[in-house]
This record gives sequence, structure tokens and C-alpha cells, in this order.
Amino acid sequence: MSWNLASRLEADDFQLKRGLAEMLRGGVIMDVTDAGQARIAEAAGAVAVMALERIPADIRRDGGVARMSDPALIQSIQQAVSIPVMAKCRIGHFAEAQILQALAVDFIDESEVLTPADEEHHIHKWDFSIPFVCGATDLGEALRRIGEGAALIRTKGEAGSGNIVEAVRHLRRIHTQMRELTQLDPGQLMSRAKTLGAPYELVCYVAEQGELPVPNFSAGGVATPADAALVRQLGAEAVFVGSGIFRSEDPAERAAAIVRAATHFDDPAVLAEVSHGLKGAMPGLELGELPDAQRLAKRGW
Amino acid sequence: MRSAWPSVAGNSAIGILALQGNVPAHARMLARLGRPARPVHRPADLEDIAGLILPGGESTTLSQLLQGNDLDQAIIDFARHRPLLGTCAGLILMSSDTGDARVAPLGLLETQITRNHYGRQRESFIATLEGGSFAGLRAAFIRAPALRARAPLEVLATHRGLPVAVRQGRHVGCAFHPELGQDTRVHEYWLDLA
Repeated sequence: MSWNLASRLEADDFQLKRGLAEMLRGGVIMDVTDAGQARIAEAAGAVAVMALERIPADIRRDGGVARMSDPALIQSIQQAVSIPVMAKCRIGHFAEAQILQALAVDFIDESEVLTPADEEHHIHKWDFSIPFVCGATDLGEALRRIGEGAALIRTKGEAGSGNIVEAVRHLRRIHTQMRELTQLDPGQLMSRAKTLGAPYELVCYVAEQGELPVPNFSAGGVATPADAALVRQLGAEAVFVGSGIFRSEDPAERAAAIVRAATHFDDPAVLAEVSHGLKGAMPGLELGELPDAQRLAKRGW
Repeated sequence: MRSAWPSVAGNSAIGILALQGNVPAHARMLARLGRPARPVHRPADLEDIAGLILPGGESTTLSQLLQGNDLDQAIIDFARHRPLLGTCAGLILMSSDTGDARVAPLGLLETQITRNHYGRQRESFIATLEGGSFAGLRAAFIRAPALRARAPLEVLATHRGLPVAVRQGRHVGCAFHPELGQDTRVHEYWLDLA
């Protein structure tokens, strides 16, 4: 095991992990709960699907412990589509991640949507050959996950809420904190690493490059084409849509519309066209009424 | 992704299809070679560019977005006079037979594709290319396709006996990702054809 983070980020295995994340840029990754939904997502232009037993809105409604999906479900989705298939494991549950790797999923989401298995430790992701995506609410959290080997960062947002406000908060915060780093002189970076709680080498990387060393996507609360365009304009390179598609009244049309919105995010004429005449979006939650204990974004650190 | 598209006069700029996929990596490669790059979102963007790159991404997604933006026929017309470079998903789109009804071929390279030939991400790999114009290049194969090469295709590189980079006229297709890493030879070779 090397202590040199820079050399690890340049090693072949990490290049392959980050490479797949980069190929997803500009796209939409959709939550699906069966092979039929996966085929609808692929036909609508999804760049990948997230295979899970229940969409976040239902996990939120049902309560109880949410775990990795049944391998039979994941395999049926792998057989149904030709695009990458992702699956979620619980935060810190490396045994679930080992199972997902054995199933040859293309990406593992160490996700706050499931019930955390370890409140102190996230998975040591360098141990795996499959790339990981992890959620973050600020720059320090993003860099800690990359330090553990994540090849892709997404905002946490507030999954299953249909409310974009938290994803916007997280995106703005991460980008503001990155811009601030680029203004500091080198002598200030160790101090900033301390306040961010982030690996010093990665703080130096962001200060020099002005961006994360891996792609940065958005997740949590996307329900409309306009939501996708908003997070793209705020700097998200691609969009995860969880409950927003298959909880709506018109999944196939809405999925295709969100795909086009993610591509033409800065062209309001196209956004108006694709938003036209869609049926009801998922109902959504007013987050001011949601107690802290039910906020998924607070899981993990 | 929105940053750093310098505005360019004249016809020296290279277009990069910017519907989905790893556009920034190709833009970085062109910047390193001193060639201005421009994003292509719609048919009008094809005017006044010297060549077009179809990047890596998801070929099913790209195929739909090409059709949804009336870019499929526009690119076929463009390719009669200007060169194309396709990498991974871009190669699949340029082929004459994608082997998959979900991806419509543009028919610019006379070749038949097998998508995800090597398997899933677990089977992705980096290898040193053996023969041909790019010997020694460290090539990333990410959920890569395989292609069948026959005349009039010229094989530019092979890996374990399989063709992985091909040329037909001024069009070049790669099963791997020359835009990842530091080696600029594939882009230089293609720009010279242009």
C-alpha cells in the first residue's frame, strides 16, 4: 500500500475507474427496480442505470433497515440492458461491496440512501477493482471520499424528496469552496486542509487545478428537466435521477425529456420544448418539515 | 465543461460532438496540440470546422441524441468532405454495423462491431499496443468494443491480434481511448490526415 496519493491517482487501475466516470459525462443515470424499468431507461437514453429494490421515496416511506439489493434482481437488470449497471451498498459495508464486485456491477454507490453499517468508517475503496461513487455535501467530504479511493463524486442532495434544494446547496458549497482554494497561497493550504478535514495532497490538487481530480455529478431531488438543467448549469457534469422518473406519471416521456435537458442544459428553447406537456412530476417533500433524523444527507461524514 | 471554448475564426477549429461523453478529455488533447476546439450540439455547428471528433460515452445514448438533434444525416454529409475521429462509442457510431438495434450506424467505416466485447467494467484494462503506427502507446480499453477489419479498412494498431485502431480514407476509429493519458500520437496522426 502506497502512502503517496498522487501516484495512486495516476496508477492504471484508478485511470480505468475514473475513465468510466468520465464516459458518463453529460448523461443521466436512472434508478430502476426491475428489468422492464431498466429497458425503459435505456430506450430513453440513460447512460447507466442504478439497480435497486426500492426507489428512495419508497425507502423513506417504508422505514426500517434498507440494505443492498438481491443479487437476482441486479443480475436480471444486467441481462436486460447493454449500458453500465450500478448498485448500492451501505456506507461502510465492505462485504456488500465485495458481493457487488463479484456480481460484476460496473459501479458501486456507497450510498446514504441505505442504512449505514458503520458510523465511523467508509469503505476503503482502494481494495476494489470496481469503481465507487460516493455522495458529498461539501468539499471536505468529497476529498475524504476520493482519499479513500472513490472515482466519482455526486452531491447527496436529499434522496427521495423530489426537492432540488439540497442538491443545489451542496453543489454551490463545493464549487465555492473550490474557488476559495484557488485564491489561497501555498502556505495557507495545510491550515485549510485542517479545517476542511481533507487530505493535504488533494487540497493542493484542487488549489492548483480548480476542480476535483474525479468527475462531480449531482444527485438527490431531481424531478424535472429544469432541475437537471439547473444542476448542470451549477457545474454538475452529469445527473442521477432516483425517484423522479418512475415515481412520476409518465416515466418514459419524462426520462427522455431529462436526458435532453442534461445535454442542452444551457439552451432554454430546448428546455421549454422538452418540458412541454409532461404529466405530473413526483409529489415531493417540503424539507423544512422534515426532521433531522429523516434526512438521508446527514448519513456519513 | 462549459469553460474554455475559445472563439475561433477561419476553418482550423476541430469540432467535438458535445451531446454526451468525455468531451473535455478530447478538448485537452487538442489544446496540447495547439488546435482550437469547438463543441458541436446541432447541425449548424458543423459549418466552418475542419474535422469532427465523436468522443467516448454511451453509444445508445449518443445514437438517440444524434437522431433527436438531426445530427445523424448532417454528420454523414459532413464526412464526405471532412475527416472524423471516433473513439470507443464514437467508433461504434461510425461503423457500418453496430451489431445492436439500439445503436444506429452512420456507415462511415466499413466494419462490424461487437459492443462490450471484453465484458463489463471489471474486464476493462490498459495495455501497451503492439504493432503499427502507435506501437508502445498505453491504451485504455473501457467496456470496449471489438471490430472486424476488412478492405477498405487499414489497420493502424492491434492488441492480441485484434484490430483496435483503423482508418478508412481520412476517417479514423479506435476501440480504446487515446484521449485519456498523455500520448498524443493518435490525435496527431488524424490531424495530419485532415
